Amino acid sequence: MGVNDPLAFTKNETGVVTTRMDAVVKWGRKNSLWPLPFGTACCAIEFMGVVASKFDISRFGAELVRFSPRQSDLLLVAGTINYKLAPVLKRIYDQMAEPKYVISMGACACSGGFYDNYATVQGIDQIIPVDVFIPGCPPRPEAILDAVLRLQQRIDREPAPARGRERRHEVTEPWTDPADEGGR
Amino acid sequence: MSERLDYPQGLAEAAASVVPGVSAHDEHGDLVLTAPRDGLHDLLRWLRDDRRFDMLLDIAGLDGLDLPDPCERFELEYVLYSVSLKQRVRVRVHVPETDLDVPTVTDLWQSANWAEREAYEMFGFNFVGHPCLKRLLTHHEFEGHPLRKDYPVMGGQWCSSTSDLTDELLEEQGGAPR
Repeated sequence: MGVNDPLAFTKNETGVVTTRMDAVVKWGRKNSLWPLPFGTACCAIEFMGVVASKFDISRFGAELVRFSPRQSDLLLVAGTINYKLAPVLKRIYDQMAEPKYVISMGACACSGGFYDNYATVQGIDQIIPVDVFIPGCPPRPEAILDAVLRLQQRIDREPAPARGRERRHEVTEPWTDPADEGGR
Repeated sequence: MSERLDYPQGLAEAAASVVPGVSAHDEHGDLVLTAPRDGLHDLLRWLRDDRRFDMLLDIAGLDGLDLPDPCERFELEYVLYSVSLKQRVRVRVHVPETDLDVPTVTDLWQSANWAEREAYEMFGFNFVGHPCLKRLLTHHEFEGHPLRKDYPVMGGQWCSSTSDLTDELLEEQGGAPR
């Protein structure tokens, strides 16, 4: 997205760019996601590959990894979450400031993976809301980049923020990816 | 039982003479000594002090609920290793379901601390004399013993709070390095 986007930006003859406030806010949000990697297993190793130069998540604006929930807006859960760890994950999510987004990376975080037992949470969506699920064991780095791009599309489609508070959790309609429409 | 040649000569016979009631057999190349519960601690101490089995590798539990004819429901197995002899020996003890008391060996090996805690939480053994017998891997709100055969495999239990582990660091609890 840039100044050429006809939906959001118009440029008049004086060279002044006008747009809507929420378009600018969304533009900033989606291109400067600060991930908090909640890495507990091999998926976290794969995430390191995404951050490093070969795949380079900074091309999509999400390279500034923060290890504090106060300073990040993208919780990237990479690895197995067991019942003992569940309250820790919930608390870290609660400590993040709005707006916040969650990517569930890999089979373990999404569904428990092959840990079909008493110890492992069968999907972190039982604890916290998840925006994008990435399948794989572990997923390819491209899949993580794809998840970031899909999350950016989702941020683009969010309703304009209400004055003074976030409305994100009032969205109830299921979101569909335009890339998936017509397929399958 | 045929004594393995590479074991110190007569280990099984010597064990039986030190602790009455010890029987021995060979299992997958390891010598297995089966001890009565009241002689378990003496046998392990003798193996450590007189027979140079100075390292406790693991304490494993076993639930024989599904076995066709179990004499006792539970078994405990202590895997010992001798660094100098480069040999391994296993000590087995039968534990009935009605009486789960087993003497602790934390006074013999520091490494028994967490191994016994794991056996306690997974099977319910009560290690008498353990300095801090609480759950190790499962959370503090967990109820039941998940490696028992009658525990449901998918019986996950939610934990609502994080726990403070500082009590494990206190030296009198056996948690601090000495």
